Amino acid sequence: MEGVDLKLFLLVGAVLFVCGVICMTSKRNGIGVLIGVELVLNAANLNFVAFSRYTPLGLDGQIIALFVIVLAAAEAAVALAIALNFYNNHLTIDVDRADELRG
Amino acid sequence: MNGGQVLFGIFALLTCGGAVAVALTQNVVRMAFWLIVSLGSASGLFFLLHADFVGATQLLIYVGGTVVLLIFGVMLTTSGPFLRISSSPGELMQSAVVGVLFIAMFFFTVWSVDWQAVADTTRAHDAAAATVALQNDTTGRSIGMAFLGPRPDRDLGADASRGLSTGYFLPFEIISIHLLVVLIGAAYLARAKRQQTAVEIGGDAE
Repeated sequence: MEGVDLKLFLLVGAVLFVCGVICMTSKRNGIGVLIGVELVLNAANLNFVAFSRYTPLGLDGQIIALFVIVLAAAEAAVALAIALNFYNNHLTIDVDRADELRG
Repeated sequence: MNGGQVLFGIFALLTCGGAVAVALTQNVVRMAFWLIVSLGSASGLFFLLHADFVGATQLLIYVGGTVVLLIFGVMLTTSGPFLRISSSPGELMQSAVVGVLFIAMFFFTVWSVDWQAVADTTRAHDAAAATVALQNDTTGRSIGMAFLGPRPDRDLGADASRGLSTGYFLPFEIISIHLLVVLIGAAYLARAKRQQTAVEIGGDAE
């Protein structure tokens, strides 16, 4: 693919990362926070694969991206189980209500 | 302007637009939908980078698995008033300012680095660096070999200090066991509570 620079892929990754961080910090819905985490992990994946194409990183980048995808699936499963338990106990998914451990 | 650039433009626009829409919308069901758009277009970017196996895995596991899991979470926890939990306007303004500053920093950083020089320096210092021949090929078979141990893209004998194989057999095994353990744990965590309360209620009734 001629004419598309590494920089452009890194910029797309930056936009994904920033949107994910904003999502994680500003959403009050617990599932929304999870979706933000997925966006951040996907931004890291995009950077890894772009570097594996344009630099001597080689296959390492793609394999690390695969590991990240699998770990993201595991993370989503555990976080969803925690969210369901929280919903069963508190009858809400609002993360601002999870303040029982506040000092 | 060739086909690759046009495809990159479309996929990059969809990826960024989906991500921005996820961050902006307050409705959790729409967030899940825009997440599907964003992740699917990101897999298109992977295909453009000749990472066909990673792109297919992204479609299968992320879009087909993780997002379905999230949508199940939405369906199980979203009843009436919880469909949209809005943040206050002050919080939204704060996060918008922080986001704009953040992204300005990233743009400045990415533009100010000469990435071609970085790649050349790495290639000069690492004798076993990946060869260029990989770049014009699809990588499905090479990834399979790298998971088993041998590395088709590197000359591992060129650097004597590197030692044994740098394949990914052991990490692959560890991560598969890790995934199995985590999924069993998550299933247990998600259903243990209700069973317990059912037993308690049954005990009270007697």
